[in-house]
Amino acid sequence: MSFILFQTALLCEILASGGFIVYIIKQKKWMFRVSHWLLFSGFMFHTVFLIYRFWTLGTAPVLDMRSALSFFSWCVIAVYMAFYLKFRMMVLGSFVAPFAAFMLLISSSIPAKAIPVRPVFKSMWLTIHVFSVFIGIGLFTIACLVSIMYLIQEYHIKKKKYGSFYFSRLPSLATLDEINYCALIYGFPFLTIGIISGCIYAQCAFGTYWQWDPKEVLSLITWLLYAVLLHERLTVGWQGRKAAIMSILCFLVIMISFAGTGLFLGGYHSFSSMNTGRMPK
Amino acid sequence: MKIVDIGINHKTAPVEIREQIAIDTERASRIFAFFKKTELIRELFLLSTCNRVEVIFTTDSFDLSKNAIVSLMCKTGKIPESDFLPLTYTLQNMDAVRHIFRVASGLDSMVVGEPQILGQIKQAYLTSVQHRATGVILNRLLHRTFHVAKRVRSETGISESAVSISYAAVQLAKKIFHTLEDKKILLIGAGEMAELTARHLMANGVKSLSVANRTFDRAIDIARQFGGEAVSMEEIGYQLESGVDIVISSTASPDYVITKDKVRSCIRRRRNRPLFLIDIAVPRDIDPGVNDISNVYVYDIDDLKGVVRFNMAHRQQEAVKAERIVSEEIIRFEKWLKTLDIIPTIVSLKQKAENIIQTELKRSRHALHDLTPEQRASVETLVHSVSEKILNDPFLFLKRQAGRPGITNCIDFTKKLFNLDNEDNGET
Repeated sequence: MSFILFQTALLCEILASGGFIVYIIKQKKWMFRVSHWLLFSGFMFHTVFLIYRFWTLGTAPVLDMRSALSFFSWCVIAVYMAFYLKFRMMVLGSFVAPFAAFMLLISSSIPAKAIPVRPVFKSMWLTIHVFSVFIGIGLFTIACLVSIMYLIQEYHIKKKKYGSFYFSRLPSLATLDEINYCALIYGFPFLTIGIISGCIYAQCAFGTYWQWDPKEVLSLITWLLYAVLLHERLTVGWQGRKAAIMSILCFLVIMISFAGTGLFLGGYHSFSSMNTGRMPK
Repeated sequence: MKIVDIGINHKTAPVEIREQIAIDTERASRIFAFFKKTELIRELFLLSTCNRVEVIFTTDSFDLSKNAIVSLMCKTGKIPESDFLPLTYTLQNMDAVRHIFRVASGLDSMVVGEPQILGQIKQAYLTSVQHRATGVILNRLLHRTFHVAKRVRSETGISESAVSISYAAVQLAKKIFHTLEDKKILLIGAGEMAELTARHLMANGVKSLSVANRTFDRAIDIARQFGGEAVSMEEIGYQLESGVDIVISSTASPDYVITKDKVRSCIRRRRNRPLFLIDIAVPRDIDPGVNDISNVYVYDIDDLKGVVRFNMAHRQQEAVKAERIVSEEIIRFEKWLKTLDIIPTIVSLKQKAENIIQTELKRSRHALHDLTPEQRASVETLVHSVSEKILNDPFLFLKRQAGRPGITNCIDFTKKLFNLDNEDNGET
């Protein structure tokens, strides 16, 4: 059953992405509505799938790259849905949906393995850790995407390319900056809670708060970078171009720590160690 | 019966003639008074704006009524017919319909897609209705006209983009700030264009404005007009630091009034808030290098003209789509117009059926005497529905044939078949 749920979600999201791309080109409102509902139904299927996985595994389904990417994609769409309710920015979907669908597509192409869930993973702290980190990353993804939109639109206004494809389709700079700020101000606490709950979990499970694992180090760097960005925004009013570039850079660091340490750098956060059981102590 | 449009517009006649011929309220009443007396014209609609005068009417005798209308217009406008006639155009039937559709959609306007004309047509229609000058055809025509104009507006981008410099500035400001509600303008120097731009920005939500001028008295003057405050030229730097969001500059100064250093030095105090500088002056007031500073956008007069030129071209493109909508709607209107031919036949056929029913019911009065009122009512309903069922197919057939070449034959045949021309209806 979970297979059907996942495939349906994937299909809906791919169709929605196509619809959103047609929407940004043709600017037809009904196209947006169709795509939005497709994305929403894909999201609901995905939600049911994740709940099902959560119950069967007894822990957050992020133990290998496949499920981690799938959960990441879900978080991005969840944040997009929330932001749509707040800002009603239709064109955002044209950037978010393809991104999320792409993540899900990669996830589906990784072969599924039956992973033995060791008792150490069945902890409330781990669940909190995973959820808040992923929601935080979802928010930062949106921040990154609107930053890209901001840079495109800013370029067109600066260079006076008023006739271009994007100029009329992208929203105003102020709106994009506001969404960026909103994603940052909510994303940062989630990331913070994620790191703290991770420490607590490590203390409970392994008896040590912090062990300079590559992912821990990169997360700390990410956290510091976002802290700097937030600080600069609040004190000297960093906004617009600089804030957008910084958001994109920070997101790249997140992606490195997410994919890089998960696959290549090793440490106890890596997926291979989760499966083989090379855990501390 | 014909639909006729006689008119002059900005393309055919110079403004002096248009002014002379324009139909004000008093002239309109004279024309409507003539309309009431004459038998020539069945329905009449008058439209007069600064760019056009159109007289649309329906008539059975085209030449006579055309002459009557033209001579009446010349008389009220005090202009010899020989001077007036070459400037006019006369359109008939579907050409006239196309014309009024295009006019209402802004396709025939001086600035393509300008929105005021629709309101003017609505007003003119109201006047015609008040004079009871419109009937079945013109009522339908005008309502379709409003519909076409609405469709064109919502389905094409014909009146979307700004085609004047001041509106282009407003549009750009919205692309940067989204809302202009809480923004502040600084107007440096004075000039028609600069003041117009400021006015448009204020109409779009800007509430606060300050004015700087070389002569302080003049600054006070302009500030009073806008309900803003006057500042001296030396205060410009302070203004930039303290919270101005949009600067409109049009001084006669030969040097830059706002230099790159000046703007850069106040960026930090502004807390990086975006700044939109509009330079309308020639030679320029604002160093073009200012545009390189982050979150600062400079548009000079040539840039704005570029926006306008682009938008104009865009409107022309959209006009093609609009013409297609107009053509579609003309076909629909033509179809409706053609069903008018069959309506008299349908009406007399219905009448005949009704007469037969009434006669036969009267004849059977004795037989039906014993029935209760309810039973009698259901007998009547029954008879009516039988007659409706029988006539339904002939009606559908006629409606389908409406507008086709053989329709006259069909009508003739129907009349013969049901013996509609002999008015001893149903008594056989």
